Amino acid sequence: MSDNVVNSVSKTLDKLYGEPLKQLETLIGATGLPVYKDPKSGALLWVDVRELRLRFTLSVNKIAKFVDGLREGKLLYTVCKRCGAKYFPPQADCPRCKASDMEWRETSPVGELITWTVINVKPASFSHHADYVVGIVKMPDGFNITAWVEADPKTLKPGMKMRLLVDRRPGENYITYWFKPA
Amino acid sequence: MRKVAVVGVGTSKFGNRTDVSLPELAWESVKEALDDARLGTEDIEAFVVGNVGGWSSEMLPAVVVGEYCGLVPKSGVRVEAACATGSAAVRTAYHMIASGEADIVMAIGVEKMNESPTPTVVEFIGRAGNYFWEFENFGLTFPGYYALYATAYMHRYGATEEDLCKVAVKNHYYGSLNPKAQFQKAITVEECLNSRYVAWPLKLYDSSPITDGSSAVILASEEAAKKITDTPVWIKAIGYANGTANLSKRLDFIGLEAAQIAAQMAYKKAGIDPQEPVKYLDVAEVHDCFTIAEIMAYEDLGFAKRGEGYKLVREGQTYIGGLIPVNVDGGLKAKGHPIGATGVSMIAELTRQLRQQVEKSRQAPIRKGMALAHNIGGTGHYAFVTILSLS
Repeated sequence: MSDNVVNSVSKTLDKLYGEPLKQLETLIGATGLPVYKDPKSGALLWVDVRELRLRFTLSVNKIAKFVDGLREGKLLYTVCKRCGAKYFPPQADCPRCKASDMEWRETSPVGELITWTVINVKPASFSHHADYVVGIVKMPDGFNITAWVEADPKTLKPGMKMRLLVDRRPGENYITYWFKPA
Repeated sequence: MRKVAVVGVGTSKFGNRTDVSLPELAWESVKEALDDARLGTEDIEAFVVGNVGGWSSEMLPAVVVGEYCGLVPKSGVRVEAACATGSAAVRTAYHMIASGEADIVMAIGVEKMNESPTPTVVEFIGRAGNYFWEFENFGLTFPGYYALYATAYMHRYGATEEDLCKVAVKNHYYGSLNPKAQFQKAITVEECLNSRYVAWPLKLYDSSPITDGSSAVILASEEAAKKITDTPVWIKAIGYANGTANLSKRLDFIGLEAAQIAAQMAYKKAGIDPQEPVKYLDVAEVHDCFTIAEIMAYEDLGFAKRGEGYKLVREGQTYIGGLIPVNVDGGLKAKGHPIGATGVSMIAELTRQLRQQVEKSRQAPIRKGMALAHNIGGTGHYAFVTILSLS
């Protein structure tokens, strides 16, 4: 049974921030103040007792068709019905001709790898993952797509054919998209 | 538009500054700049604070810095342009004077990144792109964005990880000669090559550190400048441009389009031949948040042809004595990169270089009287190129 993204992120953040909180509690109990001397510099530091948690809610209302597409295993982009401009990430509005009437199309299944990296030092909210490869792939549809690449990075070369996958991400269980060598 | 001069500069010690709060850190450079110009806070009509924040506690850094530094009530405001925030602050102050709104304005860059643990800072900077399409689902980091450029550049032109390390070696060498730099130790290519990857092919020693620091510059109109100092340093031109948030929308990954446009704008305004800018310049500060960024900067600025930037560093052409000395204060790489302060500190450093006031061992010979600052926000999301001149 693969873990879900909420549990995975919560667990890593607990590990990261939980221990210092326990130390803070002990510190206040023992000294009456959330204050300690930095062991490296000897500087006196006040530990903030007011924690701020950030978790945003983003509107995907105008690109609801993109979300529907993911649910059906498809990655969709938009084409302006008036001027033909193509958008990925999909846009609901066309700044080129100021129209907001879009056709939704499915992206081609295969593209070509332009560049890639391996994220070795990960953000806290991704640190439950092993090192992951992020690539930018040129699609025949006329735009590029940034996504994870499921491959041994040593085998990658510019121009390599990459197949797009839309599925539940292992370890996180929500639907997203990534590439695999074709 | 009126002429604008730099008449006073100050820079704090860069590093992990657990010994000071954010406004105390700002004061260090504000005081140094005031002393340098022999002015008091009463002489400053307006101030612009460059601060990115998020990782530090103050939500309204301009008012906190204004209060602590005795700049109340004046025209104070905060600006943001990612890692080019400092240049945006200088530019705003520049326009206040050029337009005739004010005669003496201070630009203050300040950042306290170490108020948050490192993973939080990594997370914040990783979000500095197009949030949903790059971070939320794919967890890109700041080194990761530049690594995408490094991979493409190295494959296209045959530059190696060793070439990249040579940038780090140069900048650490000059950092070791700058008492205000975060890193005071020279390093070797081997040490750099043996450091761990943070975002392949970029390693720890290819990367600028997490830094606290501040820098301040006082700008003045021609009339005011001539009363304040015998050695005004003129802002000849500021070019600036932006780039797409989402890297997937870039045309290529071998240079930063925003920087190329900003450079062309600045060269045109300053009367510099874009084919041979080094003929006009004594010294340059370029945005080396990662070693690959300095190599791309050489090319975006026209110091080297496209695809040949790494050869400049291979041949040592950007040391003092070479084609053009670059980042002889240690650069972001060794001096440190307190995001909002970096752009201001470039102007402070170049002003001191042009006045021939820096430590002798890292003073560039000043023959032509012109210097260039190249400050990038994000991964070419913003670019500022500023030209300073003694005449």
